Amino acid sequence: MIRLENLTKHFGPPHNPFVAVDNVSLDLPTGEICVLLGPSGCGKTTTMKMINRLIQPTSGKVFIDGRDTGAVDPIELRRSIGYVIQQIGLFPNKTVEENICVVPDLLGWDRRKSRTRAKELLELVGLQPDLFLRRYPKELSGGQQQRVGVLRALAADPPVMLMDEPFGAIDPINREVIQEEFLKMQKTIRKTIIFVSHDLDEAVKMADKIAIFRGGKLEQYAAPDDLLARPANGFIEDFLGSDRALKRLRLISVRDAMETDFITVRSSDPVASALERMRSSRSAAAFVLDADGAPQSLLSAQAADARSGAVGDHAEPVKGAVPTTGDLRHAVSLMFAHDMPLLPCVDEGGKMAGVMSYRSIVHNLGHGGTV
Amino acid sequence: MSSPAILAAPEERRRLAVAPVLVLIVVAGAVAWLWSSGMAGGVPPYSGDLPHLARPHPELVAPARGPATPAAGPRGPRPSPPAPPSVSEMVMQVFNIGSTVPTLAILALSMTVLGIGTVPAVFGLWAATLLPIVRNTYAGLRAVPPHLVEAATGMGMTPRQVLWRVELPNALFVIFGGIRTALAICVGSAPLVFLIGAGGLGELIFTGIALDELPMMMAGAIPTALIAVLVDFVFGQIQYHLVPRGINPLR
Repeated sequence: MIRLENLTKHFGPPHNPFVAVDNVSLDLPTGEICVLLGPSGCGKTTTMKMINRLIQPTSGKVFIDGRDTGAVDPIELRRSIGYVIQQIGLFPNKTVEENICVVPDLLGWDRRKSRTRAKELLELVGLQPDLFLRRYPKELSGGQQQRVGVLRALAADPPVMLMDEPFGAIDPINREVIQEEFLKMQKTIRKTIIFVSHDLDEAVKMADKIAIFRGGKLEQYAAPDDLLARPANGFIEDFLGSDRALKRLRLISVRDAMETDFITVRSSDPVASALERMRSSRSAAAFVLDADGAPQSLLSAQAADARSGAVGDHAEPVKGAVPTTGDLRHAVSLMFAHDMPLLPCVDEGGKMAGVMSYRSIVHNLGHGGTV
Repeated sequence: MSSPAILAAPEERRRLAVAPVLVLIVVAGAVAWLWSSGMAGGVPPYSGDLPHLARPHPELVAPARGPATPAAGPRGPRPSPPAPPSVSEMVMQVFNIGSTVPTLAILALSMTVLGIGTVPAVFGLWAATLLPIVRNTYAGLRAVPPHLVEAATGMGMTPRQVLWRVELPNALFVIFGGIRTALAICVGSAPLVFLIGAGGLGELIFTGIALDELPMMMAGAIPTALIAVLVDFVFGQIQYHLVPRGINPLR
């Protein structure tokens, strides 16, 4: 874990200093991502650089796994911390393999061990080692460079990583992909990560904890959902924007928000009996499933008002379904796109697992989500 | 200050292809003219002298360039924190002013201090060609993007490792440009050392001028030009193969 204790940095003359970071304290448990967020010049990057002592703190302490970093040789400290910068900073004179092996080489690893490690890491992000190990950075696309930059930081398997706007230089489409990829990787590697960003959406997506900075002060330190639901003051409210409730949609998974009791009918059933069951369970619709259990069509209460004929005559086809692994943003988007106030939720096998309604979404947001 | 050398990269590329060809054309033209004017018969008598007169050239150039290369390297002031820019700019100004002194004057000065012979010749050539190497080393190091240094430091390299593993390799192409310029100056100035008693092809050239004997002068001048082209070509090949593909605009 990482603990910052009254961390302070002054620049300029001692009698009239510019206070870049003002008495910041926070605790980050092992295996979590903390995003330092704020407008430029708020002290977030300075705070991060004091952790690997690229910037020497004026006062205060940094502990990594209980060890005071002030007592460690800075060179040795930096070799034990993964470091990714916005400009990526791959060395153009070195191949991809040599770039990845920089820290293992500094640590004096056996050559065969470090080269094998480079190969494994490339495979981890889907870059073929035979194709990429011998390439130079200028022969990679921006997204590939970024991936290699992250791999380089991971090479010596450091428990802690510092990432300074690591995905800032990539186009929005690739950024989404790399963020997803990184989160998936993080699930298995469980690094403790300090991540600097000025992009709220990125922070909400990546973070276990968000630390919002202003003028060198830590304004609020909370889980993303907590932060969006309960901003501590007016500045944070402004910073999060008027659509902060919508941003929370992404944080709630479909599985947690869906209603699992739904009514299924056969298309040969008479409408009257289907309506009866919907009324008794207060459901707004009943679903017709196919042989595999996938939602096929839907009978709404209004359509069933006709009371005559079979379900098959009145049911409308299901135009979209959200996977249970998705988030509420995805669900809401599908509901709007297909004009479906009731959206079926399907599991990995395509089987219907639940139903999503406006009511359940509002209910979930109102309750502060899953926290 | 650093702009000329940064611009040198594409210039370098053009020079690589054009310069040797130009010199060869001129040399061929000179030979053809000598031939057609019937003076060609005047050259062969000197061919016996060529080997022992040309021999001092590599012997002069090698020691003059040999020490200059490593000596100038560290003198290219570090652009990163240790040397404040104002200080390094000042040092570079001293080198710039030094470069305005003509080679002949440098040779004369070194003769007054070190006497006549090979030693002052080597020293004079060394001093005269220090500047391009220093200037390109300085510019090359300054052109290394600061974020590379930040990444290297952040990953736990010592300042010495940052210099040797990141800054110098990435400045290598520009540094090589300086070394090649220095070599060209060195080979071109080598005939002058005859004037301070170090012999060489200058013996033929200056005697040829003094006696108004064109074939004798040509017998000195043409090999000098060929040596210059050869040295530049060889060093161009070394540069091409030694500078890694990742930072070599030629590959």
